[in-house]
Amino acid sequence: MNNKPKKPSPSIKQNLGKHQDPVGRRGNFDEVAMGFGPEEAVAEAARCLGCKNKPCELACPVSVKVPEFVDLVYKEDTGAAASKIFETSLFPAICGRVCPQEAYCEAACVLKDKFGPVSIGRLERFTADYARKNGLITPPACAPDTGKKVACVGSGPTSLSVAAELRKLGHAVTVFEALHEFGGVLSYGIPTFRLPREVVRFEVDMLRKMGVRFLKNVMVGKSLTIDELKKDFDVVYIGSGAGLPSPMNTPGEDLVGVYSSNEFLTRVNLMEAFKFPATDTPYYIGKKVVVVGGGNTAMDSARCAMRLKPENVTLLYRRTRAEMPARGEEVENAMEEGIKFEFLTAPVALEGDEKGRLKRVKCIRMALGEPDASGRRKPVPQKGSEFYVEADSLVVAIGASPNPVIQQTTNGLSVNKWGCIAVDEATGKTSLDGVYAGGDVVRGGATVLLAMKDGKAAAMAMHEKLSGKGN
Amino acid sequence: MKHDIYSTEGLYKIIEKADLSPTISKHVIYAPLIAAKAQPGHFVILRSRPGGERIPVTLVDWSPADGTVTVIIQSLGKSTTEINAFKQGDSFSDVAGPLGTPVEIKNWGTVMGVGGGVGIAELYPIARAYKNAGNKVISVLGARSKALLILEAEMASISDKIIITTDDGSAGKKGLVTDAMKDLYAAGEKIGAIFTIGPIIMMKFVAETSRPHATPTFASLNPVMLDGTGMCGGCRVEVGGKSRFACVDGPMFDAHQTNFDALLKRTAAYREQERESLEKYAKDHNCKIGLH
Repeated sequence: MNNKPKKPSPSIKQNLGKHQDPVGRRGNFDEVAMGFGPEEAVAEAARCLGCKNKPCELACPVSVKVPEFVDLVYKEDTGAAASKIFETSLFPAICGRVCPQEAYCEAACVLKDKFGPVSIGRLERFTADYARKNGLITPPACAPDTGKKVACVGSGPTSLSVAAELRKLGHAVTVFEALHEFGGVLSYGIPTFRLPREVVRFEVDMLRKMGVRFLKNVMVGKSLTIDELKKDFDVVYIGSGAGLPSPMNTPGEDLVGVYSSNEFLTRVNLMEAFKFPATDTPYYIGKKVVVVGGGNTAMDSARCAMRLKPENVTLLYRRTRAEMPARGEEVENAMEEGIKFEFLTAPVALEGDEKGRLKRVKCIRMALGEPDASGRRKPVPQKGSEFYVEADSLVVAIGASPNPVIQQTTNGLSVNKWGCIAVDEATGKTSLDGVYAGGDVVRGGATVLLAMKDGKAAAMAMHEKLSGKGN
Repeated sequence: MKHDIYSTEGLYKIIEKADLSPTISKHVIYAPLIAAKAQPGHFVILRSRPGGERIPVTLVDWSPADGTVTVIIQSLGKSTTEINAFKQGDSFSDVAGPLGTPVEIKNWGTVMGVGGGVGIAELYPIARAYKNAGNKVISVLGARSKALLILEAEMASISDKIIITTDDGSAGKKGLVTDAMKDLYAAGEKIGAIFTIGPIIMMKFVAETSRPHATPTFASLNPVMLDGTGMCGGCRVEVGGKSRFACVDGPMFDAHQTNFDALLKRTAAYREQERESLEKYAKDHNCKIGLH
């Protein structure tokens, strides 16, 4: 590139990337963040000081070699930059889009306070996208076959991480997925405007090229049990994810038009209901949509709903903006797209018509009281503050608990009081010999990145076991 | 023949197809893992092709030796119409299962099976299992007309007594399955348990008919279902005042505890969209199949 800035040039303004304009994007499911072009990437990479103590890399849940890959981006060797990321993480196109970098690498960047951090997440995404589109990606080499067999249950981020790591080490890996599409939450949950499907499919295909076997339509716990898998495989990893949506326990939750976020997002994303009737799975949102919750899933639900062109979308959250667990960028995106936020508000009853369809939501205002177990101030209902919000549909996005099927059908598998599989934190080892677990089935509900981190840690423990070292 | 349950070779191919009535077809599908694990009451989720809906359907039969499962489908909407247009040798893009909780098979003494319409197909494996477990099996089968009555011979072969009712009297007695149930109760028949599969409204009245006699009664519920794996919660039904998921807890539930009225309302959620989809399909294919 011409006029290439010298590295390091930390005082160049941080590039936050371009977005589709808020009005236009309400009419499509295309990606909102548009990503860097090569020149923007090189200029942003030039800002990196290349710190010797690598605070960014140390802060990364999957230990991406940040200073080294950023330097290769600066040197315009994107293929090498991709390979550098691959040394510790096979999924930069996914992480570059869905990781809350502001809480990890970018929070640790020494430029953060003075100039704004290096946009590491955007550079990671650029590296992955540019390398993919230009055929610069070389799947990592795999060690010679060890003859050991690994079963991964679920094909979400945690299982994909295990599959990648153990396949690289020469083990034969089979991934079992209950649905018809691979990727778990990356396919059914996260909307395409945050994570396009072709990105997920590409990553799955890369694992296939490395020799990982993917079997769909197999629901472990029903189609096959863990005990059966143990007979046919040397080790088993359970990454079956968060399943069961948490109900609000509010009267009227069975009215037509009331969805769990899992159902709503699965309809819209996995089943592509937004293309109905060109696709076959319908949705019903009516004119007025209410979403309940303050996490990323609530933002995804509200933003999906907005793209289905209702008159309005209102989000109810019982605390304030400051306590919202959602990624900051997603909250801003949602606000820009015209979603109305009602903070310090909770639904108390859902009311319907004679056909059993939702019509309005009775709400109550809250005030923040003393901190609760999570350290956040507890919302307290304000007597006499009830009011109504008109609604044809409502999406409940207040969390999920682990899918209980495997726990119920596996003898001797210890679970905690929330129904999560109990594991040794460092290794993912469960109470059953040769069976490991991680991701949301252990954590209850966390992030893609923590799920990947669990997968990497468990893969190392499983490899030791397969090599006859640890137990 | 030994089937490799981990192989994807030939998966979901239709080995045999038969039309049982103008709108009801039987499909025998190659799916050895499901065939090896199926039990009475299990269901599968079918998808005809990429972009297609996930359709839950209870298994009618299965053969671990052949690696096949059998389903019987009535053309009601676009997806089922499209599936029934399949020919032998065609393949589904997806068949997931077996799903759900199988029916507990034990000796109740006398078991009454009450099936309506295409529900008769789903009743068959359950009635057969009870027969094989030493129960006396009484089958009460209802259909709108003779042309829509299916599996009469198969049901007869595993029933000690079989009663047919049709709305128009074109087969068996003119009337409802509940009339036949009342006659049996009046004749002093001692019934250990009742299993019913059919239209929701029929199952509701079967439950009301058996309630005064306190006969344990179980109904196979068919709410709108999406993933079928306990993930989305869309198939929630109210049983005993509690929310239960038909996909993992059911589909068979205590009929006396079931809120059928709520189920009726929830299954109507997408009626307009279903009609729109079917009309578009009929227009695209220049036909009127399934439109009433």
